[in-house]
Amino acid sequence: MIPAAFEYHRPDTIDGAIKIISEHGDEARVIAGGHSLIPMMKLRMADLSHLVDLQEISELKGIILECQSVTIGAMTTQHELITHEELAKVAPIINEAALQIADPQVRYMGTIGGNVANGDPGNDMPGLMQCLDADYILVGPNGTRTVKARDFYEAAYFTAREEEEILTSITFNSPVGGYAYEKQKRKIGDYATAAAGVLITKEGGKCTHASIALTNLADTPIYCEEAVAILTGSDLSADVVEAATVAAVNASDPGEDNRGPIEFKKHAAKIVIRRAIERAIERA
Amino acid sequence: MSKMHIKMKVNGEEVETLAEPRELLIHVLRERLDITGPHIGCETSHCGACTIDMDGKSVKSCTVFAAQANGKDITTIEGLGDPDNLHILQEMFKEHHGLQCGFCTPGMITRAHRLLQENPNPTEDEVRFGMAGNICRCTGYQNIVKSILAAANEMNAAKEAAQ
Repeated sequence: MIPAAFEYHRPDTIDGAIKIISEHGDEARVIAGGHSLIPMMKLRMADLSHLVDLQEISELKGIILECQSVTIGAMTTQHELITHEELAKVAPIINEAALQIADPQVRYMGTIGGNVANGDPGNDMPGLMQCLDADYILVGPNGTRTVKARDFYEAAYFTAREEEEILTSITFNSPVGGYAYEKQKRKIGDYATAAAGVLITKEGGKCTHASIALTNLADTPIYCEEAVAILTGSDLSADVVEAATVAAVNASDPGEDNRGPIEFKKHAAKIVIRRAIERAIERA
Repeated sequence: MSKMHIKMKVNGEEVETLAEPRELLIHVLRERLDITGPHIGCETSHCGACTIDMDGKSVKSCTVFAAQANGKDITTIEGLGDPDNLHILQEMFKEHHGLQCGFCTPGMITRAHRLLQENPNPTEDEVRFGMAGNICRCTGYQNIVKSILAAANEMNAAKEAAQ
């Protein structure tokens, strides 16, 4: 379990990191918390000869709360997300989801940037960010651009990020109303068998805004447009919740793996999605 | 690939060693620095036997490169207590049979130490949640949880007595 040799870099600015990546092209990879990349390197599934450690880049750290928006630096760890009291008030769904990621040790190291940028369908933050309609800020040699979380994921481990770009931060509007991130996993530290993030806003008995996204139920996270359309404008009755749940399950496309066959995944997905919708309605 | 100079503070002492960047921190601690308290269980960041404290965080040292740890302040089980002067957690693990084979214990105690630093008065549920990254294959966890809760009580009592 020893990875292949590489040269190690620890730049202290984003520009410095991009210079190294541009110089070495696909031979270089950035490392954030390393808890996805190092296991892949040990298995020799990640092949690189230059490792660019982002830990010293202070521009990539921190959580900024403005009146309507939240900006989270890519190198912010799950532990920092969980223990940030103001963030827990403004966006409690982040806290609820982050607490269900991996285990305490991994959460001290694992970062939100690594979690969303890696493109692993098992990661929880991509689905959550689609639920929140977050924007990802990418910086490369040609400047800065923004990609919506809902447009970022192309296939497992393939994203809209170009090789010489770094995902530097994530930004989203502070969510209002009810929320829930529901996850079924076999054991602590495992990825989700099925997970769903839901936001619901209610006014005068009607749903004025809804959002649903799924984790690990396809090669990419899934934003469930049809289910959202069913909920939005409805009275959120039991029939509506059932219809939205079915629509979300139909939007999923899980594969068979050691967590079970496709039918089982869809069965778990249906339970998880319904619970998430119901809990979000309760809290709305 | 050339070796790099790694400087760390380990258990309060400045140490320097040469290591390839790809060497894992657990290997550098055990094989280059002769600090064999942290164990290698799964080497895949699941079991927690290699848990150390790095800059105030509980970290699985099998999933950190030596190069990443350059400049860090590290505490291992050796830094918490020694046979003549056991840490209260070690004392309580002994008292409450918190171990059988003992292989997971250094990681358990190092993790529990950080947990109690952050939450000096945890509930049983909080202990179980906070210890979820450490696996024991002997004890069924009951006595580990009991040991940690007892250590929390002792530490709080000692703090109160001091005031």
